[in-house]
Amino acid sequence: MQLAEQLRQARSKKDILLMTHLVLGYPSFAVNREVIHQMVANGVDVIELQIPFSEPMADGPMIIKANQESIANGTKVADCLAFAEEMAAQYDIPFLFMTYYNIPFKFGLRDFLHKAKEVGIRGFIIPDLPPEEGEEYLRLAREFDLAPIQIFAPTSTEERMRTLAGHGNGFIYCVARRGVTGSRTEFDASFDAYLSRCRQATDLPLAVGFGISSREDIQILTGKADLAVIGTATIRLVEEKGPEAVGPFIAGLR
Amino acid sequence: MNKPGYFGQWGGAYIPEVLYETFRELREVYTTAKSDPAFWQEYLALMGSYSCRPTPLTHADNLSRHFGGAQIFIKREDLNHTGAHKANNVMGQGLLVKRMGKTRVIAETGAGQHGVACATMAAKFGFACTIYMGEEDVHRQRPNVFWMEKLGATVVPVTTGSRTLKDAINEAFRDWVSNMDTTHYVMGTVCGPHPFPEMVAWFQSIIGQEAHKQILATHGKLPARIYACVGGGSNAMGIFQAFLPDTEVELIGVEAGGKGLDTGQHAARLASQDASPGVAQGYKTMFLQDSDGQMRDTHSVAAGLDYIGVSPLLTDLWEKGRVRFAAATDQEVMAALDLTIKKEGIIPALESTHAFVQAFKEAGELDRDQAIIINQSGRGDKDIFTIAHAFDDPSWKDFIRKKGEEYAAR
Repeated sequence: MQLAEQLRQARSKKDILLMTHLVLGYPSFAVNREVIHQMVANGVDVIELQIPFSEPMADGPMIIKANQESIANGTKVADCLAFAEEMAAQYDIPFLFMTYYNIPFKFGLRDFLHKAKEVGIRGFIIPDLPPEEGEEYLRLAREFDLAPIQIFAPTSTEERMRTLAGHGNGFIYCVARRGVTGSRTEFDASFDAYLSRCRQATDLPLAVGFGISSREDIQILTGKADLAVIGTATIRLVEEKGPEAVGPFIAGLR
Repeated sequence: MNKPGYFGQWGGAYIPEVLYETFRELREVYTTAKSDPAFWQEYLALMGSYSCRPTPLTHADNLSRHFGGAQIFIKREDLNHTGAHKANNVMGQGLLVKRMGKTRVIAETGAGQHGVACATMAAKFGFACTIYMGEEDVHRQRPNVFWMEKLGATVVPVTTGSRTLKDAINEAFRDWVSNMDTTHYVMGTVCGPHPFPEMVAWFQSIIGQEAHKQILATHGKLPARIYACVGGGSNAMGIFQAFLPDTEVELIGVEAGGKGLDTGQHAARLASQDASPGVAQGYKTMFLQDSDGQMRDTHSVAAGLDYIGVSPLLTDLWEKGRVRFAAATDQEVMAALDLTIKKEGIIPALESTHAFVQAFKEAGELDRDQAIIINQSGRGDKDIFTIAHAFDDPSWKDFIRKKGEEYAAR
């Protein structure tokens, strides 16, 4: 089943879906394993696996540090692919790769998408690859039936949103605010107006990320978005309280 | 057919969606300005009255005699206001910022030259200004930090990654994605997403336009070769562009050879075998990276050349064989700097001295009736701390020690 259809079916049983994120190899693959186990056991619906890159331009301090330390620990792209294969075989939820374009570009775009498909990955989030630069990527994603997740921003015009949606599949990642990952988001009237613009531009499920960290945030998003994305919050939690804190945190979100 | 913003297969605009509209506006204001002759006149007038344009082309007769070959000419970008060619770019972008109605500028800086130039432009035009500078470079270039702060800029030391120029660029982008409504990112070199490479090259083209006229006026014919140092590549593109149609003029870009190309501790993208195609910091070029695509640490005595990537325009010209690339080691740079100071009474910046190294290696191969031009992108006397340190000068160290004791005693 295609990712978008699978998410729609899941959504029909839950008020809002949860997508979580982690940086592969940070603090270690062993901890990643434990964190994913707790996420899935507590009902997470989709997991975004970030392959670390040395120049994570769209990320904030917490995720920058995670990228840097993972690379310093010796994490290789091949390790990330092997780990993804293990997770996708073990758990019956969709896994996505999030990374910056240089990682697939350097690997060889066709080889990377082919390999990702083989290991059971369902789609990609590549924040520095707009569709204008991603013609081959979009073509290969169709060929391998992988979802090239497109990103909406509060600065996107309606026309731009429709263009992006035309290239997207799986769902649309709506960046909740300007700035980088990891700081607070204000859910005010302009946020609501933004989300309704997003809704009008596409039939694909809408995921909202950037600054989502609490039960209150999830409640605000319920009814407005199909997926809530928890990124930096769990990385911070693992850092402060260890991987065992992730389960109760996720369980308390909905 | 090339896509806009591409030079051969290099360049592009690999930007996050949140900046899409910001870049659309920037492309529009740049395209409008470029097709408006009044804009370039305004720019020339500003550079003539506020900076020192046209900068002279100096015949280095002592150095020419010393090497016994080509007549050596030096294009004196060091005589710009703030001491480097960086002024050309920042004043141009400053005029665009006024047209866009923005009130704040941000910039990355390596050596601090672009930071000082940008802070100067912000002071003159009344913009708020924040400069991102790798923590390592803040330590290397303390005097420039002092001047940026005196000029009213906030200097933010960048502690992520390798704490050098590339990390300062990442941080500037992170600021921009939050504040694009009020803020323009004044990229300092001919790198980054379209339209930056093309736009910065346009502002810097003033160097070559002058040099082309000047060499014909003083030497009576075109030069045989032109040398320019290449970090991102802005001074090189600045002087090369006007000579691109003159195929008999050989163009040579000189990169940072650091401790030697075989040590891996260098920043030579095109002169070494160590770089490969990649996409980072918003554009596609040859990057110093590992087999996974992670950027490597680079090294140079000159902070302004200490960078992982290189202009897509230069990578294209290199691929087409129009620009030849060489590298100069830290050690060769110090020797060439010493010679230039002693023979000509001219003090090039460490960055610029890289171009002198290669010119000195080749001057003797040419005849006395041939000319070469070295683009002296900046002056070295303002980098006294860095240069005195690089010379390991004993009396300077003694002075610093005493100054330290004097401050400690207060």
